[in-house]
Amino acid sequence: MYIVKRFLTMLLTIWVIASLTFVIMKFIPGDPFASDADVLPEEVVENMRAKYNLDEPIPIQYVLYIKNLAMFDLGPSIQSETRTVNDIIASGFPASATLGLQSLLIAIVFGLLLGIIAALYHNRFLDYVSMVIAIVGISVPSFILAPLLINYFSVKWGLLPVASWGSFQHSILPTLALATTPLAVVARFMRSSMLDVMNQNYIKTADAKGLSSFKIVLKHGIRNAILPVVSFIGPLFVSLITGTFVIEKIFAIPGIGKYFVDSIFNRDYPVIMGTTVFFSVILVFTLFLIDISYRLIDPRIKLTSKGD
Amino acid sequence: MSHLLEVNHLKINFKTYGGEVKAVRDVSFHVDKGEVLAIVGESGSGKSVTVQSIMGLIPTPPGIIKGGSIRFQGKELLRRPKKELRKVKGSKIGMIFQDPMTSLNPTMRVGKQIEEGLIIHQRLSKSEAKKRAIEMIKLVGIPNPEERYNQYPHEFSGGMRQRAMIAIALACNPELLIADEPTTALDVTIQAQVLELMKQIQEETKTSIILITHDLGVVAETAQRVIVMYGGMMVESGTVFDIFENPKHPYTWGLLNSIPNIDEEEKKQLEPIDGSPPDLFAPPKGCPFAPRCKYAMEVCLEEMPSEYEIDGGHVAKCWLNDPRAPKEEELVALGREEW
Repeated sequence: MYIVKRFLTMLLTIWVIASLTFVIMKFIPGDPFASDADVLPEEVVENMRAKYNLDEPIPIQYVLYIKNLAMFDLGPSIQSETRTVNDIIASGFPASATLGLQSLLIAIVFGLLLGIIAALYHNRFLDYVSMVIAIVGISVPSFILAPLLINYFSVKWGLLPVASWGSFQHSILPTLALATTPLAVVARFMRSSMLDVMNQNYIKTADAKGLSSFKIVLKHGIRNAILPVVSFIGPLFVSLITGTFVIEKIFAIPGIGKYFVDSIFNRDYPVIMGTTVFFSVILVFTLFLIDISYRLIDPRIKLTSKGD
Repeated sequence: MSHLLEVNHLKINFKTYGGEVKAVRDVSFHVDKGEVLAIVGESGSGKSVTVQSIMGLIPTPPGIIKGGSIRFQGKELLRRPKKELRKVKGSKIGMIFQDPMTSLNPTMRVGKQIEEGLIIHQRLSKSEAKKRAIEMIKLVGIPNPEERYNQYPHEFSGGMRQRAMIAIALACNPELLIADEPTTALDVTIQAQVLELMKQIQEETKTSIILITHDLGVVAETAQRVIVMYGGMMVESGTVFDIFENPKHPYTWGLLNSIPNIDEEEKKQLEPIDGSPPDLFAPPKGCPFAPRCKYAMEVCLEEMPSEYEIDGGHVAKCWLNDPRAPKEEELVALGREEW
């Protein structure tokens, strides 16, 4: 069975990522208590290292880490003593996920729309308009767009809250700031894919049947053109729900991005590993879903491996 | 008597970076009810462009309809609004394309693709359309129609796909079927089957057919009348008998001489037509075939020949048919090579 096989590969991938993270992290110079070692007595530091198993030889540390991971226990955070990594993810992820999903939705819906319009009006005014929007979207980074949005919508016009998190209104500006670049990328992808499809012979066949241009695009164009875009949505999705650090920072959103970056500065090993593994699980799982959705979009793609 | 389809003085250009290509230069022909008309000619002779313009399938731009008229059942198609034209496309005129591998939508079930036309033109309900689609699949000789209805094009072989294309084109019982090289992309054995199918359906439904091909064997077997095209123009037209037994244009002679004949007693070298087709960016002012023609005279290079009516309906556009021109035998005697 392809799906079972694919699922097992997925687990393997996660294990490889977890192990790599572990190895790479061990290469980061210093350890979480490097700065404390100057001021604290040696015994205290020793004790702290023991608490987090850092006194064990590295192979043992690795085994313990994988063992806990298998039980979904990402361990305690070093920086904040009262919280586990699981707690941190549980508290930060909902905001990041909401923000990410909203942005993804906007990026896909409007990106596809823009791309389709551009393709249908190829080399005409609407095409140029769409592509100017796309190029601006790609070239203006979110950290520039975000303050601009805040300046106009919140400060000047007073329509939306400046920052922080809570109601839907709070999420509008960060969602827009986050969605612009992926929207532009989706639009460009869709445009070229759609242009290609609209030149295919089966579009001529559809035309010869007497279908209206709208129906041709809807029933024969989009489904065939969307495949390259779908393959791009997986990594996009993950980067949106994880790579929001800048936006979270600007809008003071209690998301997961902040912890991720802080943990690296603090050498908070369990948090680094925990968040990395968490992200990769999401990525791998999303890719798994996308593989399945290929089959739904394109019947030529079979959910069987070669041997079956 | 009015014809089912009448094309008059059709001129089509294409805008390219290199200039305007004169793809179709003054083509006129007609198709009557129940008739099979073959259009033959080499690649780039303007056959496909001519028939695609009937269906409004020439993208404009880059295509430019320079002039002429296309009348179907007495009504002009060329300058009709798109919306009006759509009522004719697929319902009264069906079309089959050259490459069945790419002419079907890969992500749509074959049955659904056959149904589409029925639903928009005949306003059939979904279940009626499905019934009719399955009938069509059966009609074009695909076994297990119910099962095939739900399959996708990639589950069909090339021949099956072309059959499915025929089913799509014929679903609404069109008055005219345009088949643009329907067998070119198929294996020889499958070609014969598909042609047989088209002939059989034509006999049953009395649909008129415009058959584009460069296979003269196909023409002899299926068509009643033939148009020979060269360099965007019609060089000769007439009944199958006229064209095969009494051809009057050197290009037609060349075409006929390049067909292999299995019954030939002695082994004969196949005769190609030397040279290449004319440059349609700047077509010669004389006969387009003159540079390749073994009998070309001075006048051929200078002036476009007019249409000479050989006898009722048999027309050739060649100076040799002018009463002032020398006979072919005389030219051969003067040292010209014989076709």
